[in-house]
Amino acid sequence: MNGLQFFTSARFWRGALPALSLTFVLLGVFWLQPRAMSYFGLNLLFNLAVPIALATIAQMFVIAVNDLDLSIGSFVSLVACIGATWLHDTPLLGIAALLGCVAAYAAMGALIYIRQLPSIVVTLGMSFVWSGCAVLLLPTPGGSAPDWIRALVTFKPPYIPMPILAAVVLALVVHFALMRTSWGVLMRGVGGNERAITRAGWSVLKLKMTMYAMTAVFGILAGLTLVGLATSADANIALRYTLLSIAGVILGGGEFVGGRISPVGAVLGAMTLTLTASFLSFLRISPDWQIGAQGAVLIIVLALRAIVNRMEARR
Amino acid sequence: MKRVQAFMRQHPWSWSFLAAFTTWAVTAAYISGTGGLALASTALSFSTFFVMVGIGQMFVITLGPGNVDLSIPSTITLSAVVSMMVMDGSNTLIVLGVLAAVGVGLLVGLFNYSLIRVLSIPPIIATMSSSFLVQSSAIALGRGVKIKPPLALEWISTAKILGVPILALLVIAFAIGMAVVLNRTIYGRSVTAFGQNTRAAKLAGVPIERIRYLTYTLSAVLAAVCGVFLAGFSGGSSLNMGEEYLLASIAVVVIGGSSIAGGNSNVPGIFGSALFLFLLVAMLNTFGAAAGLRLILTGLIIVGVVTFAGGRKESR
Repeated sequence: MNGLQFFTSARFWRGALPALSLTFVLLGVFWLQPRAMSYFGLNLLFNLAVPIALATIAQMFVIAVNDLDLSIGSFVSLVACIGATWLHDTPLLGIAALLGCVAAYAAMGALIYIRQLPSIVVTLGMSFVWSGCAVLLLPTPGGSAPDWIRALVTFKPPYIPMPILAAVVLALVVHFALMRTSWGVLMRGVGGNERAITRAGWSVLKLKMTMYAMTAVFGILAGLTLVGLATSADANIALRYTLLSIAGVILGGGEFVGGRISPVGAVLGAMTLTLTASFLSFLRISPDWQIGAQGAVLIIVLALRAIVNRMEARR
Repeated sequence: MKRVQAFMRQHPWSWSFLAAFTTWAVTAAYISGTGGLALASTALSFSTFFVMVGIGQMFVITLGPGNVDLSIPSTITLSAVVSMMVMDGSNTLIVLGVLAAVGVGLLVGLFNYSLIRVLSIPPIIATMSSSFLVQSSAIALGRGVKIKPPLALEWISTAKILGVPILALLVIAFAIGMAVVLNRTIYGRSVTAFGQNTRAAKLAGVPIERIRYLTYTLSAVLAAVCGVFLAGFSGGSSLNMGEEYLLASIAVVVIGGSSIAGGNSNVPGIFGSALFLFLLVAMLNTFGAAAGLRLILTGLIIVGVVTFAGGRKESR
């Protein structure tokens, strides 16, 4: 395939779609508010995208093994509550609790695999458990983020705003781990062809537990970043993340079955969704329509992808 | 005893009734006196709403893996808001309000189906995307709106004959009808065939696209109707009224013994598990469990029941 053919191929357009949609919304924002085109402006625009991007990556690990996590929002809320209470007051207890969360997620993965349970139902049930723990820990909104987390999320590196830097690092690290290592191939293989992985002598149980544990790790990162930005927590702080993270993965070109995922796309998808919400406020449209606009962006991108796929099929 | 065991194995829904009855008996023994009967009556009232959306979700889930309607909560909210605005508290406008709600349901169903068909995306993604739009419309329309439901609607949603809620009687009759639809009509058999093997169903001449369209519409319309009665029951619409129905609608289907993989569903189980879900929370309330603990236990019990039920199917 020569260079020109590549740029007209369906594969190129499918891969470029997440980046194009982010560019499109970003241009819209710059057009409406040119002052956003600065270090400070970008910082403000993308600040809240970082925890969402982390939660989206967390969701992506589960989607990669053909499951779906409907509890990530309440899990991130729980982590935020742990961050604002135990991690602040008694750091050792806080760390132990977070490690316990990772173990609980791995156990959930094991349960889903061993009993062949529908992940939707198990994670929906677990979302009650996380919410319950969060309510017990922090019955009313409050607590305060540990100083080191505050310092980390408000850090101002020269030239490049922190959220952009964080997003790039996140995308590259996860991309490298999942797409460029043999470990990553195995992980995605569980979603692609479970039987082939088993026949090759790998334990799908262990792989699934690892993927769920990775979900917990990135969920924890999301929760801690969020509590650092918000400075305090509440038990419902991140409930919206459940659907946002699924939307982000899909927007970024991930598919529901077959272990087809794209870490870079997922981060771009999460940023697009966050930016869509601010785009509306720049247009002076009531924030009531924020969720609707995010849904509309999702539908438009999916429609464009359907068109690309159909072009490919015709050839 | 053997015959009881055999019956329960053949009728997976009987487990949910057993669970509901046990929970009720434990709670009733704890509160003693006539409280048990009052509890049963309240359980019937609340579970009717779970049953309404559960039946719609069941037909969707029967279509096979990946078929779940995530737009039920937002449809409930939007239809409640729209119907309350149309009725405007007046008894004479009830019919119009119900028609508007059904209209909302038909539109959501059509929209869900079009997304699945035109964009060829998994139904979970399609219904999730549309739920964003529906929820947003409900928020934009319903913010600050405080309209009381018409008295007649409130009456039919809450009235009881000898302790039995009228709405529950209506829903029982409806559920029997839907059980007949599922097991004895061409539509119901087609849905089951669709879930067992879509390709085989298509080759056998089942109009699979029409079946899928009807099923998603049925689910959305039932959610919409549930929204109207729920608004009548709780004295108006509120923006988070649909929230708990995401878990509830899926949980009642799975706990009721229908296969989450599709192709094998039953209606009675939805009733049993709806009662169980309500009684479970009531039991934890009675024992004085704190809000957090109640949530944790509810979640763990749901996971436990699914683990148990899932294993049962595997062994067969």
